[in-house]
Amino acid sequence: MALATSSTGWVSGSGHVRHQTLSIIVENRAGVLARVSALFARRGFNIISLAVAPTDDEAFSRITIVIDLEETSVEQVTKQLFKLVNVVKITELAPGEAIERELALISVRCAPPGGPGPSRGEVADLVRIFGGTVVDVGQEALTVMVAGQPSLLDDFEELLRPYEIIDMQRTGRVALPKLERQAPGRRRAGASGLLRPVAH
Amino acid sequence: MQLTGAQALIKSLEMERTEVIFGLPGGAILPAYDPILDSPIRHVLVRHEQGAGHMAEGYAHVTGRPGVAMVTSGPAATNLVTPLCNAYMDSVPMVAITGQVSRSVIGSDSFQEADTVGITRSVTKHNELLMSPEEIPLAVRQAFLLATTGRPGPVLLDIPKDVLQAKMEWYWPTDGEVSDSMPGYRPTTKGHPRQVREAARLITASKRPVIYAGGGILKAHAADALRKLAELINVPVVTTLMARGAFPDSHRQCLGMPGMHGNYTAVTSMQEADLLIALGTRFDDRVTGNTSGFAPHAKIIHVDIDPAELSKIRQADVPIVGDCRLVIEELVRVLIEGGEPQPDRSAWWAQIADWQARFPLHYDPQADGEGLKPQAVIEALRDSSPPGTILVAGVGQHQMWASQYWRFEEPYTWVNSGGLGTMGFAVPAAVGAKVGRPDRTVWAIDGDGCFQMTAQELVTAAAERIPVKIAILNNAYLGMVRQWQELFYEERYSEVYLSPDLPDYVKWSEAMGCAAFRVESPEDVQPVIDKANSIDDRPVVIDFRTDWLEKVFPMVPAGHSNSDIIVHPAQRSGGEKVVQ
Repeated sequence: MALATSSTGWVSGSGHVRHQTLSIIVENRAGVLARVSALFARRGFNIISLAVAPTDDEAFSRITIVIDLEETSVEQVTKQLFKLVNVVKITELAPGEAIERELALISVRCAPPGGPGPSRGEVADLVRIFGGTVVDVGQEALTVMVAGQPSLLDDFEELLRPYEIIDMQRTGRVALPKLERQAPGRRRAGASGLLRPVAH
Repeated sequence: MQLTGAQALIKSLEMERTEVIFGLPGGAILPAYDPILDSPIRHVLVRHEQGAGHMAEGYAHVTGRPGVAMVTSGPAATNLVTPLCNAYMDSVPMVAITGQVSRSVIGSDSFQEADTVGITRSVTKHNELLMSPEEIPLAVRQAFLLATTGRPGPVLLDIPKDVLQAKMEWYWPTDGEVSDSMPGYRPTTKGHPRQVREAARLITASKRPVIYAGGGILKAHAADALRKLAELINVPVVTTLMARGAFPDSHRQCLGMPGMHGNYTAVTSMQEADLLIALGTRFDDRVTGNTSGFAPHAKIIHVDIDPAELSKIRQADVPIVGDCRLVIEELVRVLIEGGEPQPDRSAWWAQIADWQARFPLHYDPQADGEGLKPQAVIEALRDSSPPGTILVAGVGQHQMWASQYWRFEEPYTWVNSGGLGTMGFAVPAAVGAKVGRPDRTVWAIDGDGCFQMTAQELVTAAAERIPVKIAILNNAYLGMVRQWQELFYEERYSEVYLSPDLPDYVKWSEAMGCAAFRVESPEDVQPVIDKANSIDDRPVVIDFRTDWLEKVFPMVPAGHSNSDIIVHPAQRSGGEKVVQ
């Protein structure tokens, strides 16, 4: 399962505000997501997106939360989250240190063959440029899928605006820390390159 | 051994050495009330579920052990929400058991169904809905561990009726199994050595330090450690509303209570300090006043077991996550080993002595035609009470006077509702405290407004032979609200008058099985207190008719800096600022 919510609206584009991603490992049990989201509501924390799915270990799920740093202190969010008994580990992912991806499904109006307005081909070309695929075709619309960095999705969305967007769903970002590139002997002291837990 | 879920629940509570359950039965929790008949655990039958919760809190405050409350589903569970929230705010260890409708009808709006886990999520440290009887022993062990370790707090277990009725194979989980079952729960108890050394360095460099001791001292059993530290470095100590008794009021270094109604010296010493050593406290707004003007010159050492409290309100220069007792003991060790002498602080002590001499707590004596002075009543009670008497208060003017004028000499002798400010706390909390410490005299100082909210628990006290003593400071008003309307709303008194004799507190108390007296003149105060102290076979209530115009001073108006403290009118000739 994956879900996304927005408190600032997609228009602002999650890639454009000062943000911080938190990767939270929680026990995979009933009510945990409710505890996490209730905490955000109760403490007035502002989040941009939230995605949750099981990890490779079925006992745990990973919640990826993007926090709006303009409104919310990441330190308080982390500390309060960690007070939840079912939260096992929290990793802060600064934008430069994480691989972040997001997926969008977008339905776009286009003309039937021979009709007026932008053609299927025109939309499909744009999708190809962004490395996306057409996943559904109707008489007067296409549904396309694009996955990539959130800023790429923002750009794609902007370029589709001249066409008529009928419906859109973005997942909210998921993220993992960047892996170490340096050979073991050449690493900087303290740079593990792997998970940097802030609380565990 | 096969047991029902209900039998497993009661057996689990026995295994956790539960002495007493405060509760009231009903439909969904019925199965759990049958094995109680065969259990050594005492059950105290309350008259309202809120009472069960506050009794559990009072018991926990004075014993340090988690109070246990058990009620049924729906309205009973919602009646428990206030005490849960109160316990959460004041970090009181408590285990609440609520019945729930049977599993098959959960979510169908069945009779007495409420989403108890959802409703109580934000007012508990943790809660669980148990969906099989096999979960019960582990869940009870988890609940007691969570309630009493780390930052203590309330934990709720919601158990469907058919889970209580179903059979399970009895087992008792090991410590390892409990720990493994909560991989995310690992409280930090030992302070970081480098931070502790840094704290020692700041202390030794400070000229005007103050120890700001909070309720965490009591939760961590750190009163002895606090005294060792304070005496070692010879630094003044303020004790917050939640920490009264954590450091003896008679100690020459004790400055008493700081905050909105703290005494002048406690408040002002913090304002002028160059270092606050904050121990087990959370910079509550009732202590800090306007935070931007709070202790503007002070560096902050902040020790707390809850990392989220560090730098939440005020950025700490030296934050230390850990158990107060362990951290203070380590700090004392580091200071002694370092061997550096403390600087000369005689100027600071002289300044403090000057404030104490100029601005002691003050009230004008009773004039002709006035009611009793509430402060004088409290002083008479205080001076007639045996050592170790436990004092309980509700919320409002009487609570502040109680904290100001009582003399707390030992830990765990003060029970009150600090964070949530729950009117009606005193009567049930006093009952719980007396159950926990039957060897102690338990006096509750209550307001007439508070008393009317939970007085029915005196029926519980009378029926169960729990001889608590209640002093109502009856000024016929919601006094604190009246005080604010007088000072900040141009004496426009809106909905604060209660009447001194409706209800008739003496008749009402007698009807509830108590001995009851009324005191209207000052010469009756002492004899009636003596009489109340001599009664030990049932609850006693005294209706003291007090001066309705009396206000709590000093006072820092809400939203103001603590430097804007208003002292008693009779003291307003010095150079202190006065804000109207």
